[in-house]
Amino acid sequence: MSNTLLSVRDFSVVYDVDPPVRAVTEVSLDLQRGEIFGLAGESGCGKTTLAYGIQRLLKPPAVITGGEVILHDVSGTDIDINSLDAAQMQSFRWDKISMVFQGAMNALNPVAPIGRQLEDVFIVHRPDLSKKERRTEVSELLEIVKVGAERARSFPHELSGGMRQRVMIAMALALRPQLMIMDEPTTALDVLVQREILKQISTLRHEFGFTVVFITHDLPLLLEISDRIAIMKGGEIVEMGTSEQLWRNPQNDYTKTLLASFPRLTGAKGVVSR
Amino acid sequence: MTTLEFKHVTKIYNVRGAGQIKALDNVSFTLASHQTIGLVGQSGSGKSTIAKILTQLETHTSGEVLLDGAPIPIRGKGLRKYRQQLRMVFQDPFASLNPYHTIRHHIERPLLLDNVVPRAEVDGEVRRLLERVRLVPGETIDRRPHELSGGQRQRVAIARALASRPSLLIADEPVSMLDVSIRLGVLNLLADLQKEEGLGVLYITHDLATARHFSDDIMVLNQGRVVEHGSADSVILHPQDPYTKSLRDASPDPDKHFAQLQTFTPFQPSVGGAQ
Repeated sequence: MSNTLLSVRDFSVVYDVDPPVRAVTEVSLDLQRGEIFGLAGESGCGKTTLAYGIQRLLKPPAVITGGEVILHDVSGTDIDINSLDAAQMQSFRWDKISMVFQGAMNALNPVAPIGRQLEDVFIVHRPDLSKKERRTEVSELLEIVKVGAERARSFPHELSGGMRQRVMIAMALALRPQLMIMDEPTTALDVLVQREILKQISTLRHEFGFTVVFITHDLPLLLEISDRIAIMKGGEIVEMGTSEQLWRNPQNDYTKTLLASFPRLTGAKGVVSR
Repeated sequence: MTTLEFKHVTKIYNVRGAGQIKALDNVSFTLASHQTIGLVGQSGSGKSTIAKILTQLETHTSGEVLLDGAPIPIRGKGLRKYRQQLRMVFQDPFASLNPYHTIRHHIERPLLLDNVVPRAEVDGEVRRLLERVRLVPGETIDRRPHELSGGQRQRVAIARALASRPSLLIADEPVSMLDVSIRLGVLNLLADLQKEEGLGVLYITHDLATARHFSDDIMVLNQGRVVEHGSADSVILHPQDPYTKSLRDASPDPDKHFAQLQTFTPFQPSVGGAQ
């Protein structure tokens, strides 16, 4: 079995407004099994559109105008995501690829306990499970992300921001997907909580062997946690390489600009005119 | 030369159901013109409470806040005059400007309210202020906030703060809502203005890296208490307090990360799940 999990070829998305906006233009990339792949770029560069597009989560006026996305399943079969019909797509999503959305504060239902929201995943995707089995799965998930099974009956507002984000991760982990896409999962959190969550993502990745696509504009953070990074600008990937290559020897001018726009915590001074 | 002094300031909030919460606990520091202090700490550490007390949007429970040695006024004309000397730039340039009004209006208001210049000179002064923040007056003066980018809006907010010619400025996360490539531009603008106008700046942030580069001194706040206060480099490079250390170690630092990485080994998938 090949070590490639997902192949994206010449993938393009256009927002069909007047005039049309080319949000993603002929992007090709291969995700390896078990890697953390960082996707960086500024607002409007197309990183979120790309992430949504490869799971066909885009809504009109977004139109996928070309390219293919193939998931090389653990079972050995190759799944062409564009060829799935609605029912197949429904069972594919979350089972093979799950997502942690930007802003966990708003992603959870405020009027349902978190345990019940986690159970929903199993009701839809594992209808054969009994109520008792579902509850066991939920408890286990909450333990894995260190929220604690006893919080299953809590409502989102009763949890801190960090805990809510962990619940989102538990939800994404529920069906043991092969790919987890995380869109700015720690941006709203402060550094101490952010660091704890990152450690946890790393541990879970080693434990369960899933691939992570980590989307953020925080390049210093991405450099620390990613195996490889792609830099996007204007809907295109302008540079892709290992974190170390990008840090030590960036080739593209835009990558260099982006790297230079972050003051260094312990490195040389001089970027701010003091 | 203006000096603002916090002397043993404590702020207690009475929260229904939760009893009394000590947002600030015996905080003392001095901010003078020509000086920049970076105020860092986690969410809920009390950073914004300090800003609210400085601007008197909240009154302190005990302790003293002194301006050039005299207690700051808490109401009426005196308070307005005090606020003329101490202005604030807020985090969100999308929320801090009024969408109904032009840029001209935003900057005119403080000029007219505080009689900074004679009426006949107001237009010229608005243009001068826009130029100070590196905006082209002809292209921006008659526009409304939604016609400008985030970075331009934040520049307008800075121009508005400078209109009453303050000697002190509070900048509460002034760049965190902006796109990464323009953050440095706005921060550098603030740094230039600080030097040129001799402003005292309190830079409130949770970003240790910019705090280090922007500030002379850094003050670290944890649960309402100042746990460390010293020169920016000493606090970040040689933190003494365990809390400061944990903040520093949690902040992304590629320099340290790649220095510690001897040879680069790409991740090898483990047996579980991948095979």
